[in-house]
Amino acid sequence: MPLARLIPCLDVAHGRVVKGVSFVGLRDVGDPVELAELYSDGGADELVLLDITATPEESATMTSVVERVADVLTIPFTVGGGVRSVDDASRLIESGADRVSLNSAALADPSLITKIASRFGSQAVVVAIDAGADVVYTHGGRVATTTATVPWAVEACERGAGEILLTSIRQDGQRSGYDLALTVAVRNAVTIPVIASGGAGSARHVAEALRVTDAALVASIVHENPTGLAGLRREIEALGIELRPLEETHG
Amino acid sequence: MSDVVVVDYGAGNTRSVRAALRRLGHASVVSSDTSAIREADFVVLPGVGSARSAMQHLDDTGASNALRQRFSEGRSTLGICLGMQLAMETSEEDGGVKGLGLLEGDVVRLSEGRVPRLGWSIVKPWGQAYYFAHSYAVRSNDTVANVEGVTVAVRRESFLGVQFHPEKSGPAGLEFLDQCLSLV
Repeated sequence: MPLARLIPCLDVAHGRVVKGVSFVGLRDVGDPVELAELYSDGGADELVLLDITATPEESATMTSVVERVADVLTIPFTVGGGVRSVDDASRLIESGADRVSLNSAALADPSLITKIASRFGSQAVVVAIDAGADVVYTHGGRVATTTATVPWAVEACERGAGEILLTSIRQDGQRSGYDLALTVAVRNAVTIPVIASGGAGSARHVAEALRVTDAALVASIVHENPTGLAGLRREIEALGIELRPLEETHG
Repeated sequence: MSDVVVVDYGAGNTRSVRAALRRLGHASVVSSDTSAIREADFVVLPGVGSARSAMQHLDDTGASNALRQRFSEGRSTLGICLGMQLAMETSEEDGGVKGLGLLEGDVVRLSEGRVPRLGWSIVKPWGQAYYFAHSYAVRSNDTVANVEGVTVAVRRESFLGVQFHPEKSGPAGLEFLDQCLSLV
């Protein structure tokens, strides 16, 4: 089985990386291309770029960000936010994204998962699930649906998703650790890899997640200290998790 | 050496391959033109998408025969991921697809572990980790490297195929690509 993956997530609004808690008080933290390169150099195994505005008006801006990131990045990256159709997915993949992440559009029309997977392969389709105690939420975790989390993950898998990005809305932003029980429940129910998300406050938290699942998303823990990613990796490795060996960057 | 053609088959991510080549100082063009593919010093057959639609596109444009011709004339081709799988005789993807038949062997769905296989694995002969994203794998007598029983590289005469994505494998991947190009 592949090595455990550490995946920083960049929230993008209007072509800039922003930081904020629950969409409130967004603060500009930098240029997506510069931060993507910084994280790549620091040993990120992949990146996720999330368009948190996700409005049709912003799609051209996001496409341009994706193109610029693709031209400098030599690791894979997933783009999410505002992917509502096969055309949206095509546009992002042709701009250089390796994978697209579907969230509310997949809930509204699960056949979208199959359509994108049959064109670009399952490995190109991530289904993001914002999970509460039992049910899936939308609108950045503010609106509860009646869809139960584990059955939805199973359906997404059966319809051709290549990975689940599972965010615990209870833990998100709390920095007190991932929801391991939720992660295990979903992972045991599907045959595709699962990325744990929401709650990382320390290397120990990340290591705990990587003991039970395939990959861990990190956000605030790295955004507060973007040059500290290499150190975070070493701490995680010291806790017994095997990550990909990094070699010296060539000049 | 600047004459690199990245084969266009209507789906997928040629941008990253070109960006990686550019970093290594190689200009490239994305093309499905048969004479460009046949004559180029180096051709990359990239890999994203489904086997059936990729082969359909290669057959429709004549790129299939151009790839077979350049192979028979000993010119170098690198197949990446699906691009490597397309070089085999058959694939069981999409209910069965006939490939380019440059190499003897077939392509079957992965049966072990989580599928798709996503992430980095160390490839022993080269001692480096590379990035994988695939649901199908090659079975061939031309295998030159494997990871956990899965073929990750094949080579026959002037065709080299890799299951991983060198263009997405950081400095190790760039170094691998550079070595491929330096052999031409």
